Amino acid sequence: MTAPNPPVLLEVQGLVKHFPLQRDPLGRGGGVVRAVDGVSFQVRQGETLGVVGESGCGKSTTARLLMHLIDPTAGAVVFDGLAVGGRDLGLKDFRRQVQMVFQDSYASLNPRLTIEDSIAFAPQVHGVPKREAIERARDLLARVGLQPTRFAERYPHELSGGQRQRVNIARALALQPRLILLDEAVSALDKSVEAQVLNLLLDLKDAFDLTYVFISHDLNVVRYMSDRVMVMYLGQVVEIGDSETLFEAPLHPYTRALLSSVPAMDPDHRTERPALTGDPPNPINPPSGCRFHTRCPHAEAVCAQRMPTLGVRHSSRTVACLMHEPGSGHSGAPALEAVA
Amino acid sequence: MLNTTVDLAKVPALRFERSAGYWETVLRRFARDRLAIFAALIILALLGLALFGGWFAPVDPYATSMMKRLKPIGFAGHPLGTDELGRDMLTRLMVGTRLSLFMGITPVVLAFVSGSVLGVLAGYAGGAVNTVIMRTVDVFYAFPSVLLAIALSGALGAGITNSLISLTIVFIPPIARVAESVTTQVRSRDFVEAARASGAGALTIVRVHVLGNVLSPIFVYATSLIAVSMILASGLSFLGLGVRPPEPEWGLMLNTLRTAIYVQPWVAALPGAMIFITSIAFNLLSDGLRNAMDIKS
Repeated sequence: MTAPNPPVLLEVQGLVKHFPLQRDPLGRGGGVVRAVDGVSFQVRQGETLGVVGESGCGKSTTARLLMHLIDPTAGAVVFDGLAVGGRDLGLKDFRRQVQMVFQDSYASLNPRLTIEDSIAFAPQVHGVPKREAIERARDLLARVGLQPTRFAERYPHELSGGQRQRVNIARALALQPRLILLDEAVSALDKSVEAQVLNLLLDLKDAFDLTYVFISHDLNVVRYMSDRVMVMYLGQVVEIGDSETLFEAPLHPYTRALLSSVPAMDPDHRTERPALTGDPPNPINPPSGCRFHTRCPHAEAVCAQRMPTLGVRHSSRTVACLMHEPGSGHSGAPALEAVA
Repeated sequence: MLNTTVDLAKVPALRFERSAGYWETVLRRFARDRLAIFAALIILALLGLALFGGWFAPVDPYATSMMKRLKPIGFAGHPLGTDELGRDMLTRLMVGTRLSLFMGITPVVLAFVSGSVLGVLAGYAGGAVNTVIMRTVDVFYAFPSVLLAIALSGALGAGITNSLISLTIVFIPPIARVAESVTTQVRSRDFVEAARASGAGALTIVRVHVLGNVLSPIFVYATSLIAVSMILASGLSFLGLGVRPPEPEWGLMLNTLRTAIYVQPWVAALPGAMIFITSIAFNLLSDGLRNAMDIKS
């Protein structure tokens, strides 16, 4: 909360998605999967927000909710100060400004369309004439490092995974969006290709003044890409903070556990912190109180009863943990402020 | 922003490397399948017969002769013998190709169009729309196709138009089902999500992204139904519900000749052989198409 901050581009308020479960023929079951349970955050113009968490924590559901590919149970998305999906900012206008790159580079391209047709599809939807859209597609191919003469009229199955993901990036850029959601966009690529695509993403961000929401389970990649990082656990946000501070001094026990699961490059720096064991609990019946208390090394009785609130604990850090909540009743909680 | 355009007009020598499109690849693979090509040639020959059979027919297909009834194959002037009214079998088989193929193919074409519309609609819309369409279709599915065709034809009354209608109704449910299941698969693919994320409406997505991926499996399935349709149409004619005498049609000919099965079994079997050859050819063609379209990237 210092310095002139760029304006908030995307604001998410209390996003909730519950997937109802089918009842069996006897009428039993029929609970809900709390895939995303009250997620709020902001993305500022020009920054990259990294989103990390174990598989099943609601990262991808959050991305799909942001794009309105699925309807939220509750919550609102505000883009550039306008509520999305209402009269202020229609879905179609919103989708012109926000685009998404999916994990599976092959499944996200229509096998029957040539590369240039795939890229030119979205602009045509928004009223760009076909000729112009194709020219834009070819420019973009060149921009993402694929020679248009070699690739424009090819089909997706003739390209490698890295090339296809470049095509998907070009497709996302075709509408000249302001924000791009990258949902595990590089996770399926080889390490060397991944690095190239990451650098391409960084170049494009500068060239087109983009803002990224970068979802990944790979902590090193998130650290490399992100200005700020959001950590999710079982459909909730447990910690948000500047990338460097968060990686250097994580506050939430889950973030610490997550970070200690990254193999250290330097053998002298091996940590002996308890890594996470077991799978995350079932999101159908999440644990009471703090959802992490079942796996938390610092859990106390109070953790099973009180739900921690996501509050600003440090200069630029927001954490949901009773240990860092003043007067929460946890033995490690500070009296008023400042945390180790 | 986008550095405008690379002016393509300035570089006319720029040639784009093109790869074979989907249908080109399918055609090339199909051409390598000898059995399928053989079947396709038979069907082409039959289509030729259907279109021009009347011109080449040696004699009048309706000309009867009390003197030359039920003559055997190879009888002078009648290479394939004559039927129970002394009409030339070769001529009637040739002329009959037109009606028989028409009765076999038309219902499938009609059912392909309407079944695909229903199935794609149900598959893409999902939810309540899907339930209403597919459960209605299931009601028709519950009857054996022969029984349904006979019941519908019987209810509508005999005649070519009515049997075409009843056969179309018989083939809509299976085609709609196939269409629905492939559409449901395609709909959940990421490229459809990406198209939705780009703000495209449902109709545009179906036209650009869904149809291209679902029509070929539906088409293959439909070609396999032509053989069934031929047999059912012949069956209806055999029962007197389809084509009426004295029109030459294989099913009807099979019926009128059945009394001669002990007298002139080879002649009586000829229309059946034509039906058999045609349906085998359509089945082989459909197999060949399926193999050719089954491209693993």
